[in-house]
Amino acid sequence: MSKLRLLFVKEAQASYISHLDLMRTFHRVFPRAGLSLRHSNGFHPHPLLSIVLPLPVGQESDCELLDFETVEDSDGAGVADALNTGMPAGIRVLDCYPVVRPVKELAYIRAEMELDYDRGVPEGAIRAVEALFAREEVLVEKRTKHKELAQINIKPMLRSLTLAETERMLRAGVVVMAQNPGLNPAFIGAAIAGYLPELAPDFVRVRRRALYDAEMKEFR
Amino acid sequence: MDKKLERILPRVQKPARYVGGEYNAVMKDKTRVDTRVAFCFPDTYEIGMSNLGMRILYGVMNNMSGVWCERCFAPWGDMEEEMRRANIPLYALESFDPIREFDIIAFSVGYEMAFPAILNMLDLAGLPIRSADRPDLTPLVIAGGTAMYNSEPMADFIDLVSLGEGEEVTVEIIELYRKAKREGWDKQRFLCEASHLDGVYIPSLYDVDYREDGTVKSITPKGGAPAQVTKRIMRNMDEAYYPARTIVPSTEIVQDRTSLELFRGCIRGCRFCQAGYVYRPVRSRSKELLVRYAKEAIEDSGYQDMTLSSLSTSDYPQLVELCDELEPLCAQKHLNLSLPSLRADNFSMALMERLQKGRKTGLTFAPEAGTQRLRDAINKNVTEEDLLASCRRAFAGGYNAVKLYFMLGLPTETDEDVLGIADVAAHVMHAWRESAVNKSRGVRITVSTSWFVPKPHTAFQWEPQISIEEYERRVKLLREAMTTKTVTYNWHPSPTSFMEAVLAVGDRRLCRVMEAAFRRGAKLDAWEDYFSLERWMEAFDECGLDPHFYANRRRGRDEILPWSMISSGVSESYLWREHEKAFSGETTPDCRTRCSGCGANLLVGGKCDV
Repeated sequence: MSKLRLLFVKEAQASYISHLDLMRTFHRVFPRAGLSLRHSNGFHPHPLLSIVLPLPVGQESDCELLDFETVEDSDGAGVADALNTGMPAGIRVLDCYPVVRPVKELAYIRAEMELDYDRGVPEGAIRAVEALFAREEVLVEKRTKHKELAQINIKPMLRSLTLAETERMLRAGVVVMAQNPGLNPAFIGAAIAGYLPELAPDFVRVRRRALYDAEMKEFR
Repeated sequence: MDKKLERILPRVQKPARYVGGEYNAVMKDKTRVDTRVAFCFPDTYEIGMSNLGMRILYGVMNNMSGVWCERCFAPWGDMEEEMRRANIPLYALESFDPIREFDIIAFSVGYEMAFPAILNMLDLAGLPIRSADRPDLTPLVIAGGTAMYNSEPMADFIDLVSLGEGEEVTVEIIELYRKAKREGWDKQRFLCEASHLDGVYIPSLYDVDYREDGTVKSITPKGGAPAQVTKRIMRNMDEAYYPARTIVPSTEIVQDRTSLELFRGCIRGCRFCQAGYVYRPVRSRSKELLVRYAKEAIEDSGYQDMTLSSLSTSDYPQLVELCDELEPLCAQKHLNLSLPSLRADNFSMALMERLQKGRKTGLTFAPEAGTQRLRDAINKNVTEEDLLASCRRAFAGGYNAVKLYFMLGLPTETDEDVLGIADVAAHVMHAWRESAVNKSRGVRITVSTSWFVPKPHTAFQWEPQISIEEYERRVKLLREAMTTKTVTYNWHPSPTSFMEAVLAVGDRRLCRVMEAAFRRGAKLDAWEDYFSLERWMEAFDECGLDPHFYANRRRGRDEILPWSMISSGVSESYLWREHEKAFSGETTPDCRTRCSGCGANLLVGGKCDV
């Protein structure tokens, strides 16, 4: 029996696979590759696997993590290749290794965002956005679990923000808190649209690039 | 992926169903194929991907070199709205290319209420809905599936209909199309040539005249088309393609498991059942082959659930042996088997026990009618004692939920038959009291009734559907008779069944109604979310036709039925004999007990292998 972790990419079409559907997909990917997962012992046994930080639907990532337990002992060698032969388009396993670090040590996500402006980026956009996020409090509306709207201050969850302008696009590099609480970078786009309606982007793309611990060292 | 599409996907429900990319989706280089097929299902992805026929023909077509078959499903309303607003034409899931650029657009149609979705999909593709308004050979719009056994309400829209099992005829149609393209035939020439293929029906090659009373006066084939087209079948199921390697959706679908098709056809001959007639004769796959396919399919897909599918699974001759041989696979791969379509008279409790491994959920039986008299009339050939014995065994084995399905409005039904349903439920309750091992958990008995729809190519094709008022009266009668507290009674106030009856037995004058309903917004009418009876009634008014003429009229024996140019292999005289026997309360034994001479044996060269 071994506890292993997968590092995988989720992009293109696969970015539309929801968290629950991704779980279902992995339930099938492992047996397809001939790997036996440990199952829970309950009345309805289910394979033991968990996705570390579920990715919002529509976003891409280079650094998704999935923990699972195998029946046989394994150090993860060969697992990535075996899994990659049976994946849906847009999911690619980069590595598989024994779990060393507990998930609770995962503190930050670095993500890249693309904010589309179909009629060109408005003048002074970078300055205005930087000024917005220099404030103590940046509120966005978020639907709670009970389907009510609540105002949340995203500023404390945003560790850094760098902006660059390209043709018809603002590129933002962000580092956000990963958990307890975590920030979905899409809210940064929502905050811009809320506070600076003239800078509301036509579309926002998000791609997770890296995961860090509290010391900003890469988390694997 | 298209930028326009990227913009709209975050705004729609379940976007994963619109992007393809699933494991085993077939990708080909479009510059290296000569024929592109858009295989369309006029319902949602979740429904369409659950259809075994889709999977079989997708495999068959993609196994042809030079042919790329892609899939296309009806978008849900939110997606359709976004697509129309963003000017995105209906596209195929593999390449994202607009289907209007394809050579062949093929629809698989299993349900009459999907007809409007076909028109909507053609429109969303940017194509004229009427065949006559698409003068070119390309794209050719074809359709198959059980709802096409009466394709008349779709006659003006579909260029070519493929009848019966499509494994061989689909290949023949594509080959003929390739020849036509190579040799520069026009559409008319192609359709005339195609009408000589067995199992191919070209609606535009038939003139239909009507009498003053609205019944069909004559059906005249032209351009060399045959007077009657007989469906195609695979004679030998061991030679029929089985999709062992098939797409595994990345989002949940309705039948999210491997489907192992044990046999086609049904030995039973229930007189209301269209599938029971049109899939004749019975043809089984050999057990050895099934075990091999099961292993291949499970290993390839990674699924941990498998359905042993057929019209009546407990009628597979070697079911117990098959399950025995699948057992090692189940143990090794955490595989669960499920057996739908069990009959109350021959299901084996021992088998259920073994398969369900401690999961004692519920059992479902379909007695269909509440009295023996009516069960005899519809030739269900299950007795109440069979049902109660099965229920007693189930309760004794620890089950505590039973679902019972019935139909209201079956031909010859009286109030006594309706009230008989409540009696059956009460007797099942009594059986639980007698046999349950653990009464503290209680019991759940669910009775569901649906509204009988007469279907073409059945013994009841001449029968009317009862009116909505009468249906509601019978529901009320039954509801008031259901006094047992632990019995839940489900029924639907479903005007959909009325329109289903209209379309099922419709003639080609309904094409105008179809178009009018579509123009008024009919699309996913198989869904209560979208169905509107008022819309259909307005469409009928606009066209000056009466829906009750179709649904609620008894057709005479000498009448030319609108679908009589199509044969399922079962002769009309046999169906009429069965119809007469229903009214005299006479049963017909199953095909294994005795051949009753339905005519389908001729499709397999004279003798069925039952």
